[in-house]
Amino acid sequence: MSEDFNDNKSIQAQSSETISGGGTATPDTDYVRPAELADQDLYHGHSFITKWVFCQDAKVIGVQYFLLATFTGIIGLILSWLMRLQLGFPEVAGFMTAEHYYQFVTMHGMIMVVYFLTALFLGGFGNYLIPLMCGARDMVFPYVNMVSFWMFFIAVGVLLASFFVPGGPTGSGWTLYPPQAILEGTPGSGMGIILMCVSLALFVAGFTMGGLNYLITVLQARTRGMTLMRMPLTVWGIFTATVLAMLAFPALLVSAIMMTLDKVLGTSFFMPTILKAGEVLEYGGGSPILFQHLFWFFGHPEVYIVALPAFGIISDLISVHSRKNIFGYRMMVWAIVGIGALSFFVWAHHMYVSGMNPWFGFFFATTTLIIAVPTAMKVYNWILTLWRGNIRLNTVMLWCLGFIVTFVNGGITGIFLGNVTVDVPLSDTYFVIAHFHMVMGIAPLMVIMGAVYHWFPLVAGRLLDEKLGKWHFWLTFLGAYSIYFPMHYLGFIGVPRRYFEMYDSPYITSAVGMNQFISTAAFIVGAAQFILIYNIIVSLKMGKPAGKNPWKANSLEWHTPSVPPEHGNWGDKLPVVHRWPYDFSVPGAKEDFIPQTTPPSEVTNTKVEKT
Amino acid sequence: MHAGFIFLAVIVGSVLFHIFTPWYWTDIASNWGSMDDTITLTFWVGGGVFVAVCLFMVYCVFKFSYKEERKAEYKPEDKKLERVLTWATTLGVAALLAPGLIVWNQYVNVPKNAIHIDVMAWQWGWQYRLPGEDGKLGATKVVNINDDNPFGIILEDPNGKDDVLVQTDVIHLENNRPVKILLRSVDVLHNWYVPQFRAKMDAVPGVVTYYWFEPNKVGEYEVLCAEYCGVGHYAMRGRVFVKDGKDYENWLQEQETFSDLIAKQEKIELSETKLAKK
Repeated sequence: MSEDFNDNKSIQAQSSETISGGGTATPDTDYVRPAELADQDLYHGHSFITKWVFCQDAKVIGVQYFLLATFTGIIGLILSWLMRLQLGFPEVAGFMTAEHYYQFVTMHGMIMVVYFLTALFLGGFGNYLIPLMCGARDMVFPYVNMVSFWMFFIAVGVLLASFFVPGGPTGSGWTLYPPQAILEGTPGSGMGIILMCVSLALFVAGFTMGGLNYLITVLQARTRGMTLMRMPLTVWGIFTATVLAMLAFPALLVSAIMMTLDKVLGTSFFMPTILKAGEVLEYGGGSPILFQHLFWFFGHPEVYIVALPAFGIISDLISVHSRKNIFGYRMMVWAIVGIGALSFFVWAHHMYVSGMNPWFGFFFATTTLIIAVPTAMKVYNWILTLWRGNIRLNTVMLWCLGFIVTFVNGGITGIFLGNVTVDVPLSDTYFVIAHFHMVMGIAPLMVIMGAVYHWFPLVAGRLLDEKLGKWHFWLTFLGAYSIYFPMHYLGFIGVPRRYFEMYDSPYITSAVGMNQFISTAAFIVGAAQFILIYNIIVSLKMGKPAGKNPWKANSLEWHTPSVPPEHGNWGDKLPVVHRWPYDFSVPGAKEDFIPQTTPPSEVTNTKVEKT
Repeated sequence: MHAGFIFLAVIVGSVLFHIFTPWYWTDIASNWGSMDDTITLTFWVGGGVFVAVCLFMVYCVFKFSYKEERKAEYKPEDKKLERVLTWATTLGVAALLAPGLIVWNQYVNVPKNAIHIDVMAWQWGWQYRLPGEDGKLGATKVVNINDDNPFGIILEDPNGKDDVLVQTDVIHLENNRPVKILLRSVDVLHNWYVPQFRAKMDAVPGVVTYYWFEPNKVGEYEVLCAEYCGVGHYAMRGRVFVKDGKDYENWLQEQETFSDLIAKQEKIELSETKLAKK
């Protein structure tokens, strides 16, 4: 192994002082503080296995995370089809029992939230973009980063294995509430729930390895000149989300461990005295509500672990494709940080009718509605970025616009549910399902898609097909909107969630037609996702070559010496940053963009306001 | 077609759907009209913001879509505008929060004249217990529950003797009389929910939770379990009849009390021992 480190072809380690040194032609305005540490070489893989399988390159790890998360996401999608088949056309879904239905509900939820969205945003985009956008050669701990992915791989394996154990996967709902999760009467209350807890524990362990990498890379490995307030909002979003994850996931980990102990060793952390089939079980004194507090102490920040990277990415996409700086950058940064901090003080808004002390309602309703203020500021700043921009209505921008519509819609319904009184009639109904799918299902999905169309040219060197992209967008956006917008009204009627069958309650029979409509839309939206897969496969081979910086963007990832960027990202010389990444359409500049690496001396006659 | 038109159609369609929807809340049958009012208020404020933001977005899409010769504005910040927007949003949010908290205050403070009803839940069913003439429910314990004592009432508690036991999933309530629902569960989480009453709360094993409402419309209503409780969750239904004073009293008289039940069982035991002697 040690020979690998002495590879001749590797990048020559150079002291940074020599890079910046001389100072002959550079005027004072271009001065950037020298680096404190010399540039270090990386471990370079040689064989197929070290280059593509057990790979230490954050970009490859990012793609690995992306692919595996997408794979689990497709399983989640298929499960949602099965659920919608039962709800819309129960006569066709004769093969499905209530046990199956609840198992599908549970696995769909857990897969989509943790193994799809979290893994994709942080593991996928985080790994690919953080080093490139910060001007680093790689993550600071490449080996740990590699282990992180393979822990995720094992976690997914354990999760999927639970489909094949006796009793099947857990069917306790994605919230896994005890006592029900570990008692008979819930499907998969044997091996299913144990494997779920083990898988979550593995995920958290693996994720912590990746998360430490993201944090330390952002804090310690930025290139010269890349101050925190010059970082793209994508990095700010992922960075803050990772901080949240580091603080929130431990709560999930301990609750998974404690529940496993309750199940396997018969402890009573969450188990009070229970009477089951006439027998008093050997539990006593535990609190089911304690689990809910632990779960939501993780679960609410988890919403923002998904949302903050989405906020960051969408800000960058809107700015680049409107040819305009992101409006109110500092406000955007502080909003991300503020939302992140506040997200730890709102968790019990999931528990207004859980039986916790009802006086908590006052506190949590107040904190929840306070969080609406920075969130609204972000929305205003996105649309104000469009204002007087020069908007390219390409596929990427369409996803951005779709995001704004769905996110505002889901955010507003969040104000319904966060405002304790309004929550009482609506909680545990389809209104909740509609709300959280709109705000943390569809809206982040719009961002992911936008990001895929935006960064695919960087990863693959070729553009995705625009025409297919537009079909993909409109089918997904219009379809998803017609799934979830009407669903709110089922919640107003009072249709409870997690019902395998409604029977013929008089006020609910009117919903049959709507359920069929929603299911049909769900089948179409799901199928439309395969357009993207087709588009990717075809464009990899035959897409239009992207060339360098096809979108005329400013941030560093588009300014690597080779496209797609190679291992080590920057060739033999690290970039030096002179400005924020949003200098678009600066008055006086020849082009409508000024990359972050452009020193002030090259654009002397421009009226740059913020650097 | 210009993308802006489709987005515009989505927004207009959403508003029209809301106006003409045949799917909306059931006729309310309790005092919690104030909850419906807070929903309506949130709809006006929130819906207004949604429409305004989206229309502004669509306007930008029409007005500022890409032209080679146009140059976008360069304006990193506008402190004044940002400040105005922050304060306007804060005010709007406060206007929504205040009524919410006021109604919540009513929700957690139960009127003194409310009749207490013990709602006991298990996988998967309900049964009910009403106080007898003393107006007080006897204390209970899960371990006491057996065939002779289906509610697990503590035998030493004098309040429990005259409790009225309703061992079916059908309960009657008196019209215009507030009820305090005391929820308990012997196994997992449940939630006693009647959409027409608007109110709900989880039943949690190990503790007694509560909420209150005042039924104000005579009729029959369906009870749904609103907290996932295992594979029979969707089938865990019950029924509520809201009746006027006289009808309610008649129903109440027909119900068995705990002492009736004990007496009945003693009689059975007595006849059994007699039978054994023979």
